[in-house]
Amino acid sequence: MSNSVAVLGVGMHPWGKWGNNFVEYGVKAARDALRDAGVPWKDVQFIAGANTVRCGYPGYVAGATFAKALGWNGARVASCYAACASGAQALNTARAQILAGMADVALVVGADTTPKGFLAPNKGERPDDPDWLRFRLFGATNPAYFAFHARRRIELYGTTEQDIAEVRVKNGHNGLHNDNARYKKAFTVDEVLASPMVADPLRLFEICATSDGGAAIVIASHEYAKKLGQKPVTIEAISTVTPTYPSTQLELPDLATDSAAAVQVPNMNFKPAMVNAAYEEAGIGPDDISLAEVYDLSTAMELDWYEALQLCPEGDGQKLLRDGDTYIGGRVPVNASGGLACFGEAVPAQALAQVCELTWQLRGQAGGRQVENARYGVTANEGLFGHGSSVVVKAAD
Amino acid sequence: MNSKNQVAAREGWFTLDAERPRLLGSQCQQCHTYYFPVHEQYCRNPECESEQFEQIELSHRGKIWSYTNAAYPPPEPFKAADPYEVFALAAVELEREKLVVLGQLAAGVTVDDVKIGDEVELTLDTLFSDDENDYLVWKWQPVNGGAA
Repeated sequence: MSNSVAVLGVGMHPWGKWGNNFVEYGVKAARDALRDAGVPWKDVQFIAGANTVRCGYPGYVAGATFAKALGWNGARVASCYAACASGAQALNTARAQILAGMADVALVVGADTTPKGFLAPNKGERPDDPDWLRFRLFGATNPAYFAFHARRRIELYGTTEQDIAEVRVKNGHNGLHNDNARYKKAFTVDEVLASPMVADPLRLFEICATSDGGAAIVIASHEYAKKLGQKPVTIEAISTVTPTYPSTQLELPDLATDSAAAVQVPNMNFKPAMVNAAYEEAGIGPDDISLAEVYDLSTAMELDWYEALQLCPEGDGQKLLRDGDTYIGGRVPVNASGGLACFGEAVPAQALAQVCELTWQLRGQAGGRQVENARYGVTANEGLFGHGSSVVVKAAD
Repeated sequence: MNSKNQVAAREGWFTLDAERPRLLGSQCQQCHTYYFPVHEQYCRNPECESEQFEQIELSHRGKIWSYTNAAYPPPEPFKAADPYEVFALAAVELEREKLVVLGQLAAGVTVDDVKIGDEVELTLDTLFSDDENDYLVWKWQPVNGGAA
């Protein structure tokens, strides 16, 4: 119980391609979260911002940017950049303040405005930056990396192109019931398979878009929650571990992997190791999980996460899908929110949005996409440069 | 026929010997782990504090770990051909070094020509050109003909 903190409030700005300043999305999400918590902004003692690096200054110092926009209140502040895991690191930073007794209540905000098309590196010649070189030397976009892993599933695990298209169908249906989702459209498998090939075997409707959006969470100590008379959903674990050497899975934006010539590869790759660290911290196992929000940067990647979450053995992800286990109403629904398929990625907000969704689900406030009788939810997320996160959220006792 | 200078698109990462191109890497002199590209400052094996490295030529053959293609032109700083030509990419596992290196598949090789585990070898090709130079990069060529 020692690592448990209370989730008092959550809020989001709807995902879309709005084209406004990211601060506006963050403020909307923050005000919704504070209202949901019943906590006035002036009472917040710590604010953590998840950074975006594409908007330039002041995107690099998001904590202070959001604090200024909400009105300077003298709170302690932190800003976190960890690629797609920025939001979870900001959340973990705020949690540490609360667990250390340095703050009773904290606000965490992430928001982003994204350009059109493929995510591309910043301008300028940077011949020592792998994220620049992968484009210059190979034309290796983000979907190319997702496709390497999708191809391995197909050739090594027997996943079919119909299976991965079915992931999009499932998530599209879930997203119909989510007002914060950007894409609210149901697809058939045939429609997904008819969309243009982008990075073989991944098609346009199977690759996550980039979106504008914002998400915010108010967390507090259990004592603070009790004073407010709340019986809150709680965060039981936040894993933000690094990979273990040697990392031999080619991940964004690697040009080459570590070598396994001198040291044996670890028992667990990065994804399962990251989730396992969250399970261990929460003192639970995969059988305790009622639902999951995972990073479906591609449809095939969602199946990778089923295995990383230990919901099934390695290589069996598509069986879970085919059996209906990961649909709403199934054994362990995955991406009841509609996932990245329906949101598109707003990088610094996305890991927080996953926690917002679990909070609504565990409170029974998820409307037409409600998962019944959920007790534990888990998130999983991975991004560039060895960053990732997994958060365990628990229903109120 | 071609009077332009042949230069590496990323200097120091591979040799420009057209007959016998090689990727240049490093080997730690203490734990013997390998690196690509050249890495000579500090060993990244957490059990090893070595700062002694030898520059080596990496295996020029390997097996396809996975592959894909770029159906649409990648953004800058990639210099896409005009008109655009779809190309394939491979991540290739080197047996001795036990690491995976990215590269394009040789011109004309498509995703239908290869599968995981196929043997490929290093070749050089022009990535892009300007008025003075052809900028070369390594690519992976299927050993058994590939695009037959």
